[in-house]
Order: sequence, then structure tokens, then C-alpha cells
Amino acid sequence: MEEIRRRDPRREWVARNRLHPEHASVLAALGGIGGEGAASEWLGPLGILRKNPHAVGFMGPHGIKRIDRSGAQQGGRAAGAARQATHDSRHNVIIESPAFLVAVVPELPGGRLSSHDKDLLGLARRLADVDPEHPGAVLAVVFGEHKEDAFGEAGIDRLLHLSDDAYDGFAPEARLGALAAMEREWRPRHWLLPDSPLGGADLGRRLAVRLGERPATGVWRIESDPTAPLGWRCTARGAAERLDIQRSLPRVALFLAECADPVDETRHAAEPLSLSTAVPSALSRIQDLGQVAVDPAGVALAEAEFILSAGNGVRDWEGFHHAAKVLGATEGASRVVVDDGFMARDRQVGASGTWVTARVYLAIGISGAIQHLQGIQSCDKVVAINLDPGCDMIKRADLAVIGDAAEILAALVAKVEQQRGGQRDAA
Amino acid sequence: MQPERQGIEVAVLVSVGRHPTTGRARRADQDARGLEMALGLEDRLPDSRIHLLHAGPSSLENASALRGYLGMAAGDGTTLDTLTLLEQAEDDDAIPALAEHLAATLPQLVITGTRAEQGEGSGLLPYALAERLGWPLVNGLAAVEKVENGVATLLQALPRGQRRRLQVRLPAIFSVDAAAPAARQSAFGPARRAGIEATPVTAEPDHEQTEWQLTPARKRPKRLKIVKAASARDRFKAAAAKAEGGSGQVLADVSSEQGAEAILALLREEGVLPR
Repeated sequence: MEEIRRRDPRREWVARNRLHPEHASVLAALGGIGGEGAASEWLGPLGILRKNPHAVGFMGPHGIKRIDRSGAQQGGRAAGAARQATHDSRHNVIIESPAFLVAVVPELPGGRLSSHDKDLLGLARRLADVDPEHPGAVLAVVFGEHKEDAFGEAGIDRLLHLSDDAYDGFAPEARLGALAAMEREWRPRHWLLPDSPLGGADLGRRLAVRLGERPATGVWRIESDPTAPLGWRCTARGAAERLDIQRSLPRVALFLAECADPVDETRHAAEPLSLSTAVPSALSRIQDLGQVAVDPAGVALAEAEFILSAGNGVRDWEGFHHAAKVLGATEGASRVVVDDGFMARDRQVGASGTWVTARVYLAIGISGAIQHLQGIQSCDKVVAINLDPGCDMIKRADLAVIGDAAEILAALVAKVEQQRGGQRDAA
Repeated sequence: MQPERQGIEVAVLVSVGRHPTTGRARRADQDARGLEMALGLEDRLPDSRIHLLHAGPSSLENASALRGYLGMAAGDGTTLDTLTLLEQAEDDDAIPALAEHLAATLPQLVITGTRAEQGEGSGLLPYALAERLGWPLVNGLAAVEKVENGVATLLQALPRGQRRRLQVRLPAIFSVDAAAPAARQSAFGPARRAGIEATPVTAEPDHEQTEWQLTPARKRPKRLKIVKAASARDRFKAAAAKAEGGSGQVLADVSSEQGAEAILALLREEGVLPR
């Protein structure tokens, strides 16, 4: 049993007595337990905290003793080990035989778990871990290809990945067929979906109607209630956001964003799972003809997916507008550019302009004032082209290229045009 | 052989809305957009007919709100002059009555709003109707491009202003939301002159809803940025931190070609470039 700490009063006494012949060896032995070179604090025999001020600190590079009270730096290799431990603080959880299943259908916009999905998975964990003796497992269903590699960190125990062409695009009937097959095979206790327009809002309602359940929609809070059938009560928004509906949690529920905190202390197995029977292919009466090209200039800046933003480093405005057209990006601008009259006021990104939510934000010659960085907080990927390698935008960017903005942009446009031209020739 | 009829029968399901600030009954915004879309279809396809359908009580306040829809069909030769009201009590379930009526009249197209502006407002009605009637359903309709030989080609609104083209075999149910074109004004005179045909129906009260507690919506608590830090120094650093990506890749001393190549690879991986 390692939890019981056995004290050796004699050794402690030797450790306190610096004149004792065995002092050094005892200190080393104690240090091995305590982690630091010598114990600087210990509990005395009478329960009083004793301190050895001489053991505090570490030898600095010039042979001078240094004391860092912040605890961030403790010298030597011990610091590295401690840093490692804080980075990897999640503990692994493996649920071998779950008592029940909580099925989650994340939306995965752009192939990754959105923050809405992560909140929902955090809530699913709460439902699954209600009884620590008999924990349930969170089962997530992923349709089509994805780019996510942290399913376990998000709290998923079992992962059903259905990669088939039938699920691509708008295919509610095929997806519903797969969910119905899951229901037949595993019969999850809960079905949780995000109430987001593209993902769960449509599929969740279809699923609820198919299963004959009356779903709770727009749920933003749950609390445990032993009198309810499933042991939970929920609060849902109704009547165009003007009513709060308190009801017991039904089997199928659609949740708003920020309904719970995402999982951040555990890492789960995300074991791959597959259906034992093939999903019957449904004859679809809805045919997806693919996305339509929309004029990116007509898309509101706040909801544009791909923004090409200009800063003070842009000189060649013709080239910039041409690049936006070729790349199919919505144009944005920094405050300086708008003030100088190169772009319209409604294109300004940042604190006094628009807070953008783009998936990819391409910043050309923007140094990154804090007001601007606030505006791009919720952007997924930031790409910066700038001459100054020390600017704040480079620190924020996922990919930064140091160089002349006009040249790099022209090269990028040439590559895209060349590629598109090649495709046209092939076709 | 009969000449092929171009027009179609469109049923628009309308509800009584609630003005967000004054709280007075009005035409519901999404349903009005749905009717606007149906009127646009009628302009393009001659011989089309629009039926307005509402299930609920026939009180004075409701009637005046419902007349708001009828006032949209004023002027140049629209056939819309009545609204069919399936009369039932306030807390009755509207789905069976509507499904029965639709199954009896068999329109080719049913257009509804996405969510009601009062009551539960769960947005479940189009789905329940589609399941009962066995018709396909498309949500987030932005425009109907054409209707030919019983197949409708339409545009579905996606988030971020994107559009998707779909082909649906009729009969079908379409639901519209705020992405659809805005509704025209409602004219007062035609609205007064139009008629409301009320037919009483037997309906079941919604038992489940009586067990719920309804309260005015509380403001949702804002999520706090929680910093998990062992020491005060870490907490201070987190609070005072400027933007620090840190993990980003920085390409210095590369030619513009190489830089462009790296950016292009990222854009292609994210799939934002138009094909």
C-alpha cells in the first residue's frame, strides 16, 4: 500500500541534524521521496510544519543561489519533469462494460468538433457518469470524412464512424436510416444532438419523430431529479426565446451551445465500433446537386467562412481585389486601411468593426493590434503574410509567411489560376 | 390527351405570431416569408392555387393577426382570398388536424415556417407532418428555382450565406427560416374583405404540455473564462496574457513561391477554395 506514508523518526532527526555523519545520505534518501534535492519542509513530530531555509532554492548558472517563490522554476531537471506532469494532467478512463449508452451525434463543421460539439460531449459525460459505480459510455456517430484526432479528449468512449458516399451532402434520409439501425442494435438511453441549423436541428427532429419520442429542443441546462423518468430535468427555450420550459429530460434532446463545460480532466478511449448489420439503403426522394457558388462580396463579414483581410502593408489594391475574387474570399480590412479610405467602413474587422467567425482568416500585411486580434478571436485558422517577424499577428497565426505581401499574394493567385486552368483543360 | 397543367397546389401553414417587443399578436415572420415564396411561385406558374391553413382557436385577436396574411395577396389577380381555419381549443394538438386536412386535400407542396413564435416553439410540426404523410421534407428553404414534371429544384440556405441546390420529388414539405426573402407588406383593405372559413375539428388536448412549467425566459449566465492554474503566478499570466499562438508555423527566409505553396496547401486542406 503506497498511500500509507510511514515515518521514520530517526531518519527525520538525522535529516535535521546537519552535523550527523549520516546526514548527507539520509537527505538523499528523503529527497528521493520528496522529489527535490533536500527536503525544505516537513511535518515535525508534534505536527508542526518545520522548514529548512537552507534547502530552499537552487544553484543558478553563475554559482549563485537563486530562490524562485513562484514555483515555476525549480532548477535542474526537476523543473522539466514537473512541467511535463502539468501538461499531461488528464487521466485515462476506459469503460470496459458500460451500464448504458449515451448516443451523441456531433455536427463536425469542417470535419472537426466545434465548441458546440465539445460542450454537448461534456454534457453527455455528465449523463454517463451519474453513477460512478456503473458508468455509461458516450457513443458518438461520425458521418463521412473527418479531420479530428482528439475524440478521446472530448470525452468519447465509443466511436462509430460511418464513411460512405451516401452520407455526404444533404442526406437526411440515409443518416436517419443509420441512426435507426443504431437504435435497434444498442438502444441508447439518451440521444443528444446539437440544436444547430446545419447539423442536429434537422436530424434530431427527424430522429425524434421516427422514434416516436417528443424531444426537448433548445435545452440549455439540465439538473438531476430522481422523480423524472430518466433521472434528469431540463430547461429549454421556447416561443422564440421568450419562454423557459422546465420539463423532465426526454430520450431525445437538442441542446444549445454552452449547455455544459467541455471535458478537460479525462481522456477516454474512443474505441472504434461498428454496426453488426448493414444499414438498409433508403431510396432518397431528395437529391443533392451540390453547393452553389455565391458571390463572396455579398456574404456578411460576420458570417463569412473565408476572409482575405488587408492591412497597412498592402500597397497593390488592384492585386488584392483580384486575389479576393480568384480565391473566392470575402474582403476584410484593418482599421488603418478603412480610415485611409481604401476600403469601406463595413469591411472593418475588430473591436469597432465586425467580430468575424471565419474558418480561415488570411491576414495580408496586418501587424495585429489588440483590437484587431479581438475581432478574430473565434477564427479557426489564421494565416498571416507580413514583413515583420516580431508582430503580434505572427504570434497568433497558425501559419505565417515572412515576406513581401504583394509578391506572395501574386504567386498564390498564379498557382490557383494555373491549377484551375489545368482542370479546365482536363475537362 | 389533356394539356399538361403547369400550376401546382400549394398549401401554406400559417400561425399567429407574437411581436417581440410589444407582445401583440401579428402574422408570424417565418410564415409570412413562406407565403411570400408561395406568391412568387404563383406568379411564375399560372394556374397555381394557394391555400392558407391554420389550426387554432378563432378569437378576435387571432383573426386579426391571420388577416395579415390575407392582406399580402392584394391586387393583380391572385386567387388567394380565403383562409381555412381548423377550429380547436388553445392547448389542443394541431398536428392530427393538419395532417388529416392535408391528406384529404392533397396539395403538391406544403410550405411552413421553421418555428412558432409562441407556445412550445419546438419546430417539430413540419417533421411530424412529414412523418405522418410520408413526404420528404427540406428545411431552410431559400428559393424555389423551378417546378417541372413533379420535381422541384430549390436552393437550401446553409450557414455562412452559402446555398445548396436540391431536387425534390413532390409532394413535399418545405420549411423556411430567416434566410428566405422578406415578406411584402400586408394591405389593410383586402385583409378586411377576405374571408376566414372556420371548420370545427375534434382534437386531443396536449396532455404532456400541461405537466411542464413555463416561465419567462431567464437570461442565460455568461460563461466565465476559467483558468485552471496551480499557482497565483500562472493565474496572473493567464489573465494578463496577450494573444500568444505559439504553436503556429512561421516560414521565414523562403521565396514567395514556397510561401504561396504552403498557404495554398492549408487552404486546400481546409477546403475553402472554390472548385
